[in-house]
Amino acid sequence: MQTLDMAEIALRDLNETLHAQAENTNQTAWEIVNPKGAHAIACGLDAPIEVTVKGHTGYYCGGMNKQATINIKGSAGPGVAENMMSGTVVIDGDASQYAGATGHGGLLVIKGNASSRCGISMKGIDIVVHGNIGHMSAFMAQSGNLVVCGDAGDALGDSLYEARLFVRGSVKSLGADCMEKEMRPEHLEILADLLEKAGADAKPEEFKRYGSARELYTFKIDNAY
Amino acid sequence: MCGIVGLFLKDKSLEPELGSMLTKMLVTMTDRGPDSAGIAIYSNDSMGKSKIVLQSDTPEIDFAGLDTALGNAIGAPVTMKIANTHAVMTLPEGTIENARAVIADINPALRIMSRGDTLEIYKEVGLPKDVAARFEIEQMSGSHGIGHTRMATESAVTTMGAHPFNTGNDQCLVHNGSLSNHASLRRKLRRQGIHIETENDTEVGAAYLTWQMQNGATLGEALQSSLDDLDGFFTFVVGTKDGFGVVRDPIACKPAVMAETDQYVAFGSEYRALVDLPGIETARVWEPEPATVYFWNHSTKPSKEKAA
Repeated sequence: MQTLDMAEIALRDLNETLHAQAENTNQTAWEIVNPKGAHAIACGLDAPIEVTVKGHTGYYCGGMNKQATINIKGSAGPGVAENMMSGTVVIDGDASQYAGATGHGGLLVIKGNASSRCGISMKGIDIVVHGNIGHMSAFMAQSGNLVVCGDAGDALGDSLYEARLFVRGSVKSLGADCMEKEMRPEHLEILADLLEKAGADAKPEEFKRYGSARELYTFKIDNAY
Repeated sequence: MCGIVGLFLKDKSLEPELGSMLTKMLVTMTDRGPDSAGIAIYSNDSMGKSKIVLQSDTPEIDFAGLDTALGNAIGAPVTMKIANTHAVMTLPEGTIENARAVIADINPALRIMSRGDTLEIYKEVGLPKDVAARFEIEQMSGSHGIGHTRMATESAVTTMGAHPFNTGNDQCLVHNGSLSNHASLRRKLRRQGIHIETENDTEVGAAYLTWQMQNGATLGEALQSSLDDLDGFFTFVVGTKDGFGVVRDPIACKPAVMAETDQYVAFGSEYRALVDLPGIETARVWEPEPATVYFWNHSTKPSKEKAA
């Protein structure tokens, strides 16, 4: 286990050290202590390493992640795992606004609650929230799966494209062009797999599925240029 | 972008540390707002006195003999404590309105930073650490306080554009965000006779709260109606005589983090601002919800009012 102490090492040096880890590195386990809400911790990683951050993080922790597994033993500030490509980010506490925004792949697990705009414009990432999510979540979400074991706030899935949204609890309101859809066997299968990966104690049958009604301007072929 | 900090002490033994705790929080928020900074600090006991804090760009000229001049004008004893560009005038309770009316006659160049029984506002252009040092904020004690670091977007970087804004006796406002209907609202409020000095958007927000309260609204009601009447982005923190309040607009894109322990309730634009507080590792840390008015004060339990 390698330990990086943010009380002693500058953020840029910390990220450069993690960026220097190659595909076949022997140093696969890293621990970051004293994060104290710093921004951009463990951003842009691209190696199959496991990084554990002991404490709360600020803006953009784990952004653009590829391959790495990042565990946050605390809560995460805005934009956690933004534009993640692959790998896994697991947050033990809560996540602030726009968690997993624009993510292309990988798995984001939030064991507490997520704030507003969770999964905004997601493009293939899977997000599992053990608690609740805030308003405007999955706004313009294009693909991937958002699984919410608790409740969803206002305007869920506004202007949605092809992402699948699964909510176990209540949905305060649906956004424009978002509708409840039937849960088919293939959806239950996806859900069971994601719940297991995320260590969430919930049954797929308890969820409802939401998706795009495909009625907005963007879905009308006559509006194409 | 701007930075807001707030600290409300439950544990009286921390009161001598309030200034130094708030200064650390404020300086941490420098990269959210390096243009100007300000702090509102509430002392615990007014001891039957009221205070008006005045600012001057030429303090050595404007503050000379000001205590005597103001005392003569209101017919009551006035003492003065000068701190850099600010002067704290202490006068008998109940003479604030009278004093405010005559200050402009004594010297129109004097600017009123704050008025009230326990409130003192200090604000200037410059880096937060420099502003805090000019007024020796670190040495101050008190029961609660709020601070602001400004990154100007809507109007000029001036002392009068710095936060906090005084909205009434012992009340003040700091703001992170931008109001988009401030021009029309300023015209409307000026027609109602409300004094608005600058082209700053937050001053309009502060004047709006003042106007609402002049028309009988409580601070809580005024904040509640601000959710309908103010267009734009805002996280507001308001200071009151016995506590502080927090409200975020319904979109809530301006950040806010709260922490509570047995010793204090703290507010920060980011968690970073809170990391030096005692016991923060085990504090309850959360984000205030959008469109919800929160209050903490010494006289009652915490309240939370959801917008209708």
